Amino acid sequence: MADFEIPVLTTTVEKMVQWARRSSIWPVTFGLACCAIEMMAMSASRYDIARFGAEVFRGSPRQSDLMIVAGRLSRKMAPVLRRIYDQMPEPKYVISMGACASVGGVFDNYAIVQGVDQIVPVDVFVPGCPPRPESLIYGIVQLQRKIDQQRLTELSSEESQRVRLA
Amino acid sequence: MDAQAIVDLLKGGYPEGAIEPAPSGDGMPSIYVAREHLQQVCLELRDRPELRFVFAADLTAVDFMPREPRYEVVLLVASFGVAGYGDRARRLRVKVRVPGDDPRMPTTSGIWPAMNWAERELWDMFGIHLDGHPDMRRILMPDDWEGHPARKDYPVQIKKPYKVFEALQLTPEEFVENVQATRERARRE
Repeated sequence: MADFEIPVLTTTVEKMVQWARRSSIWPVTFGLACCAIEMMAMSASRYDIARFGAEVFRGSPRQSDLMIVAGRLSRKMAPVLRRIYDQMPEPKYVISMGACASVGGVFDNYAIVQGVDQIVPVDVFVPGCPPRPESLIYGIVQLQRKIDQQRLTELSSEESQRVRLA
Repeated sequence: MDAQAIVDLLKGGYPEGAIEPAPSGDGMPSIYVAREHLQQVCLELRDRPELRFVFAADLTAVDFMPREPRYEVVLLVASFGVAGYGDRARRLRVKVRVPGDDPRMPTTSGIWPAMNWAERELWDMFGIHLDGHPDMRRILMPDDWEGHPARKDYPVQIKKPYKVFEALQLTPEEFVENVQATRERARRE
């Protein structure tokens, strides 16, 4: 075997860590309403989010990177959502899925939180009622791009920003 | 058995007008019961061998706001028509008129235990207090909520700050007790 055929790839640590992080976004199992059905469809074989490395829905927030707020969030559920978000380890991301989670949707009333960005910081908003699985996959790909652009050295300052926002 | 037959069966022993047939658009027998006699009537509906309405299916209310009496509580009961639970399957709608300035009625949770949570929902949504209920708390809305959302005069598109933090439902003493019990169990195992 000639020398130039040695299977070696050179890269930076940062690029490799970002590649690893964005390729294994594990969402927490947190379905609130009908959007959760589309979220499940996304993770099942037909749409197969495993292609993007995000198929492992964890039962515990302590093992997850991503929270997909799938459905309308009631006022009574808001402290629960916040507690689950707080239990997730950093760095963590939130996708607000569908019209209800993003702005309250058709539920402009006393019981529903008008946008989960008032409770937790949101990285990607996915529109739709409910969004099709393709839309949610697109949202996850957008999130992957966002993770890709984060630099490890900047992460700490951004996390502190996130804390200030929340 | 239509509403009139049920009323004829029950009305002995009650003052005039305490039980009367109610108009029904869907053919399901409906009766009005005065709230003072509700518990006694419900007990008879459940226990009389020719009625045996052993199953309370639902409880809700209607708010006819400008009208007085303002609320009409609707109680749906059923008889199964299987051995020991009535001679045939049938349903009955029991309506109770509740005035707006004194929204309270006696509980039926002692007669049908399933009514416990249904009556809590009635209290939560309409603010109709159930006298004699063992656990008269809100069930759907947060415990510190003000107002009763299903009332006609409730501001539905209310804007209030959201609560993002809720203390654990434990006192410090209970917390310490739990931790100690867990340690004790771990030591035993």
